[in-house]
Amino acid sequence: MLVQGIKSRPVYTGLAIDQHARRHLFALECEGVEALQTQVKSVGPAFLKTSDILCVGPLPKVEAEYMWSAPTIAVLLNRLRVNLTNAKMGTRLYLSGTEGFIGQTMKVALEQNIDFNSIRTEHRGSTARRVQCVHCKGITDDVKTSPYTCTHCGLSLLVRDHYSRRLAAFQGVCIDAEEPGTAPPPVEMFP
Amino acid sequence: MTINTEMDVRVAKITPVAEKVKRFRFERMDGKLFPVFSGGAHVVVAMRDGDILRRNPYSLMSSPHDQSAYEISVLRVEHSRGGSAFLHEKLKLGDMVTISQPINLFPYDVRGRKHIFLAGGIGITPFMAMMDQMSREGSNFELHYAVRDRKHGAYWQELTDRYGAHRVKIYVDAEKLFIPVDALLANQPLGTHLYVCGPSGMIDGVLGKATALGWPKQNLHSERFLAPPPGNVFKAKLKRSNKTITVGTHQSILEAVEAAGIDAPYLCRGGACGQCETSVLGCRGEIEHHDIFLEPDDRNSGNKIMICVSRLKGDEITLDL
Repeated sequence: MLVQGIKSRPVYTGLAIDQHARRHLFALECEGVEALQTQVKSVGPAFLKTSDILCVGPLPKVEAEYMWSAPTIAVLLNRLRVNLTNAKMGTRLYLSGTEGFIGQTMKVALEQNIDFNSIRTEHRGSTARRVQCVHCKGITDDVKTSPYTCTHCGLSLLVRDHYSRRLAAFQGVCIDAEEPGTAPPPVEMFP
Repeated sequence: MTINTEMDVRVAKITPVAEKVKRFRFERMDGKLFPVFSGGAHVVVAMRDGDILRRNPYSLMSSPHDQSAYEISVLRVEHSRGGSAFLHEKLKLGDMVTISQPINLFPYDVRGRKHIFLAGGIGITPFMAMMDQMSREGSNFELHYAVRDRKHGAYWQELTDRYGAHRVKIYVDAEKLFIPVDALLANQPLGTHLYVCGPSGMIDGVLGKATALGWPKQNLHSERFLAPPPGNVFKAKLKRSNKTITVGTHQSILEAVEAAGIDAPYLCRGGACGQCETSVLGCRGEIEHHDIFLEPDDRNSGNKIMICVSRLKGDEITLDL
């Protein structure tokens, strides 16, 4: 069960390298590394000489000017924040990984006053979602089913395509508010 | 069709500001307050010059929160189509003109971490209102203002006094001081927005350099008002009004349409906003697109025309008006 056709659903158009950018800053998560490798294959490795790569999980097998591996997303977000604070115009940000990862890294970028349209994104890996319970405001990562049980307040939540860039989360709404206990069984929708 | 929300105003003050630049202060005839506007907005001033009704856009340069009056500053253009000549030489204190509601096609991005204004000559006007608004809001801005010489440059002294030399940089052509565009664009914090207003060559040059230095288009803003260029005389058939009009050498299609008493939509009258986009139903000749609004596909299709600045090289065009 899913509510679709909502405009706020993000669209990820791919990591096309901006040839004019003077620096390329990549934030990648696990399978997101493949998106970078695809770019190296299609436009050549020249851009790597002016690239910073921050990565959750194993580093890609490329030779960039700077590469750093973070143990978790939270650690990467801190590093990204520092990088963006010190970055100059002419730096292009590229994000690739799961939707939850793209959303959280983009949230950091938005807090640094970067226009989201200027950020290049590519979805790779699991389609599991990061969802906010609209009732208790608790956020649950890696939601694979709809409905799902809120890990904070225990309500059964319907996952909507309604997305918040500010929160970096989809919205989950109580599915059995009229008659508690009548929620349909969870269906795996986001493998 | 255009909703008639125009305001009758009286010329309350005319101040010479610099060589060939005058400031005009307008107050409402009905004594009411003007609406608050946002920095970067312009109004279309309608002037009755003998038999001709002239309508030209001018950026508002007074303080956006000052509702008692609106002010514009006008450069007397060398080869004026008539608007700036009329304002400079014919308009007198106490005369009445009509102005539109303020329209902002050049707003600043409130999300910006820093804002850089590049002004050339009279292109300073929208930035004056923006800087007034921003200084109240505590936004981080910087003005780089190029003038021909200190006598022709308007407001450079006032702006330097008001905002300080650390935020206002003046470059004087006559003294061989030029805006160091490359150095300036290469060294700005991420999240900076750039705004440029001035001669077309300057705008194209700055935007081109910024793009080459990796600035995304979302952070680049510009405003240029194009005067309708002159051209051959041609006929325009207006399908819906069932009329055929003649567009003169120094007239735009929009002006000819208005002179025939037909109400056509418009906002900027300078080829920028897209409001006057009109369907072309038939065409004997070649459309000369002068606007900066239509995408190349639309231009090449030959089905659309911006009647405020574009015209026909040929003898007849049929429009859905």
